[in-house]
Amino acid sequence: MIGADDKIVNDALFEWLLRRGDTALVLGHRVSEWCGHGPVLEEDIALANIALDLIGQARMWLSFAGELEGRGRGENDLAYLRDAWDFRNLLLAEQPNGDFGKTVMRQFLFDVFNVLMLRALEKSTDDRIAAIAAKALKEADYHLDRSADLAIRLGDGTPESHRRMQEALDSLWSYTGEMFAADAVDAALASAGIAPDPASLQAEWRKIVDGVLTEATLTVPDSDFAHTGGVTGRHSEHLGHLLAEMQFLQRAYPGATW
Amino acid sequence: MKKEWPLWEVFIRGQHGLNHRHVGSLHAPDAELAIKNARDVYTRRKEGVSIWVVPSAQITASDPGAKDALFEPSVDKIYRHPSFYDIPDEVGKM
Repeated sequence: MIGADDKIVNDALFEWLLRRGDTALVLGHRVSEWCGHGPVLEEDIALANIALDLIGQARMWLSFAGELEGRGRGENDLAYLRDAWDFRNLLLAEQPNGDFGKTVMRQFLFDVFNVLMLRALEKSTDDRIAAIAAKALKEADYHLDRSADLAIRLGDGTPESHRRMQEALDSLWSYTGEMFAADAVDAALASAGIAPDPASLQAEWRKIVDGVLTEATLTVPDSDFAHTGGVTGRHSEHLGHLLAEMQFLQRAYPGATW
Repeated sequence: MKKEWPLWEVFIRGQHGLNHRHVGSLHAPDAELAIKNARDVYTRRKEGVSIWVVPSAQITASDPGAKDALFEPSVDKIYRHPSFYDIPDEVGKM
């Protein structure tokens, strides 16, 4: 029989796995919306690759979540048969693509966080989480390499690209604080050594972000205001529209495979 | 101002010990991004362990019109092929 403490950690772990999985899934879907619309063929394929990497990461997190929950829900049930209020993704992930610059900026701000989180998770006391992190980190490292490079090129590019990147940064900045806003779920996992306290990643995140944005000649907004709620199921209006498109097929043709 | 990015030729080494092989071309603003683009466009099915990119403008090609003069003369010189020699088994695959 599992003890009360184990139950608390298990419930927290399920929530936490949904946060990882849903963030990767929703951002992956957003990036996949570029497929066939990229500014150049090379970038179109690169974006599709990144989307597929993220969806792959989502599958690993959500499969684990489904097994842990023990109610027979697999990765597909969790991805396609939950409604917006059951999603636990960061608000940053669901923000619309906007122009290419905004997509790059959103990716960069997330990639830095993802790399730092996965690096810490490689040392998780949970072997499965450590293994998922090790696999995902190789992908995330490349995503960051690419998004940081593009952020610098576009920020320090033409007056037009600079303006668009600054606008993207201004509009997305208030969605970055949520990544580090720790709650009871994070505290339970941190004390069990399963995952880091996200707040502990913030200083390093800011250092890397500042370094790249300075090189990109962009100015970080002077504000600590943070939209929160995504990881507890309170989302912006955008998520419902995203899910309507992403889940349509499974909703209209339940169990369809090809 | 020229808007199109320059063209790059991409060479991929499929596995250790093999030569880099020309696989195609792509557009990129500079060498660094050409490598990244090549990684995304040409190695997404695990095709390679190493990438070279070369500006297409740096490639000097033979003249297609001079094809006969360049290559015809070797057609009837089959004695240039090493197939007339008996290769000892110990040499192995050449």
